[in-house]
Amino acid sequence: MTVTALLFASYADVLQCESLEIALPKGATVGDVVAHVRAMPGGAMLPPSPLVAVNQAYARSDVVLASGDEIAIIPPVAGG
Amino acid sequence: MRTAIVDDVIDVESLLAEVERDSNGATVLFIGTVRDQNNGRPVTGIEYACYGPMATRELSSICTEASERFATLDIVVEHRVGHLFVGEASVVIAVAHARRGSAYEASRYIIEQIKRRLPIWKREEYTDGTREWVDPTAVAVVGPES
Repeated sequence: MTVTALLFASYADVLQCESLEIALPKGATVGDVVAHVRAMPGGAMLPPSPLVAVNQAYARSDVVLASGDEIAIIPPVAGG
Repeated sequence: MRTAIVDDVIDVESLLAEVERDSNGATVLFIGTVRDQNNGRPVTGIEYACYGPMATRELSSICTEASERFATLDIVVEHRVGHLFVGEASVVIAVAHARRGSAYEASRYIIEQIKRRLPIWKREEYTDGTREWVDPTAVAVVGPES
């Protein structure tokens, strides 16, 4: 299956991309996406357990993904 | 109740007008603005970036929670994104309620939840021409309360 990972702000800067398609085996979790991104060049700058949203809602790292899911890896927020 | 992520100047007067109601005895207005320094470094402006669809949804959720907790529908919140100069408003929260206590509490709840949950980031620009993403590590950043 394929999912889309979104990166923002400082995370997009260190990985030099804002969006990428990731092919994963069925049953893959949020944690697998994070591990994939952290293995990319620059990805080690991300914390091991960053905030993540699946389809625009915050999700734990053990959430099982479906093909087509949008996984946002969210740097520490700084609104206001 | 209305919430929005906007990319233009926030019209504070119009937000106040939206929460007006004869049954309300108190209106609390919170305006978050870009200040001219952070941690001792002089700031000239801030670029706000967001995860648009989620920020829109999360801001709406926060205000629905505030509406239910504090029993008022008279809540209007706008958060601005894009480039802002010092002194400009980045977030405006207007809350009106029959009683002042609940108006204050609802306003405080909304800004604190924005700080915790809203997927918005800011890159400060300094007088020396450099810029940096703000990482509020001193503040616990977690997902929504269960």
